[in-house]
Amino acid sequence: MVLSVRDLAVTRGGLAILEGVSFDVPPGEALVLRGPNGVGKTTLLRSVAGLQPAEVGQVTGAEDEIAYSGHSDGLKAMLSVTENLRFWASVFGLSDIAPALAAFDLEGLRDRMAGTLSAGQKRRLGLARLMVTGRPVWVLDEPTVSLDTASVALFAQAVRTHLGQGGSALMATHIDLGLAEAHVLDLTPYKAGPRSRQMDEAFL
Amino acid sequence: MRALLLRDLRLAIRAGGGFGLGLAFFLIVTVLVPFGVGPETALLSRIAPGILWIGALLACLLSLDRILALDWEDGSLDLLATAPLPMEGIVTVKAIAHWITTGLPLVLAAPVLGVLLSLPVPAYQWVVISLVLGTPALSVIGTFGAALTVGLKRGGLLMSLLVLPLYVPTLIFGAEVARRGAEGLTVQTPLLLLAGISLGVIALLPFASAAVLRINLR
Amino acid sequence: MSLWEYANPVKFIRTTDKVLPWIWTFAVVALVVGLVWGFFFTPDDFRQGSTVKIIYIHVPSALMAINAWLMMLVASLVWIVRRHHVSALAARAAAPVGAVMTLIALATGAFWGQPMWGTWWAWDPRLTSFLILFLFYLGYMALWEAIEDDDTAADLTSILCLVGSVFAILSRYAVNFWNQGLHQGATLSLDKEENISDVFWFPLLVCIAGFVLLFIALVFLRTQTEIRARRTRALLAREGQV
Repeated sequence: MVLSVRDLAVTRGGLAILEGVSFDVPPGEALVLRGPNGVGKTTLLRSVAGLQPAEVGQVTGAEDEIAYSGHSDGLKAMLSVTENLRFWASVFGLSDIAPALAAFDLEGLRDRMAGTLSAGQKRRLGLARLMVTGRPVWVLDEPTVSLDTASVALFAQAVRTHLGQGGSALMATHIDLGLAEAHVLDLTPYKAGPRSRQMDEAFL
Repeated sequence: MRALLLRDLRLAIRAGGGFGLGLAFFLIVTVLVPFGVGPETALLSRIAPGILWIGALLACLLSLDRILALDWEDGSLDLLATAPLPMEGIVTVKAIAHWITTGLPLVLAAPVLGVLLSLPVPAYQWVVISLVLGTPALSVIGTFGAALTVGLKRGGLLMSLLVLPLYVPTLIFGAEVARRGAEGLTVQTPLLLLAGISLGVIALLPFASAAVLRINLR
Repeated sequence: MSLWEYANPVKFIRTTDKVLPWIWTFAVVALVVGLVWGFFFTPDDFRQGSTVKIIYIHVPSALMAINAWLMMLVASLVWIVRRHHVSALAARAAAPVGAVMTLIALATGAFWGQPMWGTWWAWDPRLTSFLILFLFYLGYMALWEAIEDDDTAADLTSILCLVGSVFAILSRYAVNFWNQGLHQGATLSLDKEENISDVFWFPLLVCIAGFVLLFIALVFLRTQTEIRARRTRALLAREGQV
C-alpha cells in the first residue's frame, strides 16, 4: 500500500502554514521531511496520522496502516518495559515483543519500571513500540531526540529492516541516518503565503 | 480493548495510581458531616442516605481528572487514537476502568460508612442497590466531562462546574431510592428511572465523549 | 438569496447594522409602554395586591431564559452541521444574556415569593429547574472562556449544549418527581380555558414582545462584537505570519 499525500494544506491555530504538499511513500522506501522550526512538520505528520483532519487535500493509504510516534512516547512510568510493550502489542493484536526488545537493546532493562529509565532509554522503548504494532507505514516525528550515536545506529538499523520487509517510513528528522533508501523532502517551498486560504478567511 | 482495561486497572493499583483516594475521601466526608450537623442520631439517620449519595458523588468527581489527563500528558491518547480501537471504545473502557477503581469500592464502602451515620436498617440494601445502579452513570458522565477539559491546564475546577449539573438527575433518583428505602416506602418508580438514566447514558454518552476527545486531540 | 448568506460575518455585520437601531427602538418602546401600562394602569389583584405586577418582568424574563437556551441549541446544531462561524458566535453571544434572564427570573420570583409564600426561596420544581438552568449557563460560558482556539471552543461548547439540553430536560422531570411545588401553573397558555384576564394579559404581551426584541438586539450586538474580536485576532495572526 502506497502512502500518498495529494495537495495537502495544513493549518495551525487557524493559520495556513503549508499548502500544496504532495508526495508518495511506496513500500520499501523512506521519506525524510526537512525544514526549519515551525514550518509545520509536526502538524503535517499529525494530519497524515489522521489526528488532525485535513482542510484541503487527501491522504490515502494511511488509515489503519500507520504507526505514529510523536514527541511523547506514551509510556507509563509505573509499568515495566515489557508491560509497556506488551500492552501496545495487544492493542494492535500482536503478542511477540522479543524482536522489538532485541532491536533496541532493551533486554537488559526488560523488568525496569519505565519511570526509572533515562530519556534516551525511554525513547528507545518508544521506538520499539513501532515494531509491535505490525503496521507497515511508520510516521515518526523527530525519532532521534535524546538518542546517542549508538542508539541512532540501532534505530537506523531497525528502519532498514522494516523497509526490507516491505514497510515504509515517513519521518521528520535532522540527523542523517545513512539510509540509502531515504529520500529527502524539504518543506520550505510549500510554506503557505499570506494570501493563501485561511481558516479564518471569512473574517478578513 | 481488554488490554486497555487491564492496563488501566493495573496502573490504578500501582503506587501513584490513586486507587483508594476516592475511598478515603468518601470516608472523610462521612466523618465530617456529623461535625457539621451535630451528633444527634435521629437527625443523622434521617439524612444518612442523602449524605452517602453526596459523598459518593463527590468522591467520584474527585477522581475524574485522572481518567484521561494522564494519558493525555504522556502522549498515550495520541497513540491510542491511531491504534485500531474506535474512540467510542476507548472512552467506554476508560469509564469502565474508572467505575471499577472508584465506583465499585464506593458501593462496597457505603454500608460500612452507613453504620457511622446510623443508617436505618431497611435502607442498607437500597443504598447499595441505588449506588450499584447509579455510579456507572456517574463514571460515564464524568468521562464526558474529562474529555471536554482534557486539553486544559487546571481544568479540574471547570470540569466540576460542567459535570455537577449533569449529575443532578442521577443524584435525585439515586438518593430518592435510598430515602424511600429508608422510610420503608415503595422504591420501584425511582429505581426504574435511575436504571433508565444509567442505561441511556451508557448507551449514548460515549459517542459524545468520543467526538469531544477527537476535537481535543486535533 | 438564501438565509445562509447571513452566515458570512461581513454580511451579518452589514445587515445587523442596518436593522439594529430599529430593533432597539421597538424594544425600548415596547418595554416602556408595557411596563408603564402594567405597573400603573392595571388594577391590583384581589388576592395578591400590587405584588402581582412583578409578572411583567418575571414572566418575560423566565420565557427568555428558556428561549435563549433553545436558540443556543439551534445555533450549536447549525455550527455542527454547517460550520458557519456566525452561528457559533451567536450561541456564545446569547449565553450571558440568557444567564442574566435566568437570574432576573429567579430574583423577581424571590421578591414576589417573600410576601406571598412567606419565603425567598423554596425548593419548588420550577425554581429548582431554573437554578439548574443557571448552572448550565455558567458551565457553558466557562468552557467558552477556557479554550483558546476559537474553533475548538465552538465545537466543544456546541456538543456541551446538545448534551446539556438533554440533561436539562431530564433534570426538569427529575425535579418534578422529587418535590411537588408551590409554584402556580403556567400563567400563559394558548389552549387552556383558565387564563389571566385581559386586563393583565395585554400589557404582559407587550412586555414579552419588548423582552424578545431586547434579547434579539443584545444578541446581535454581542455577536457583532465577537465577530470583530475574531477578525482582529485573524488580522493580527496574519500580520505575525508575514
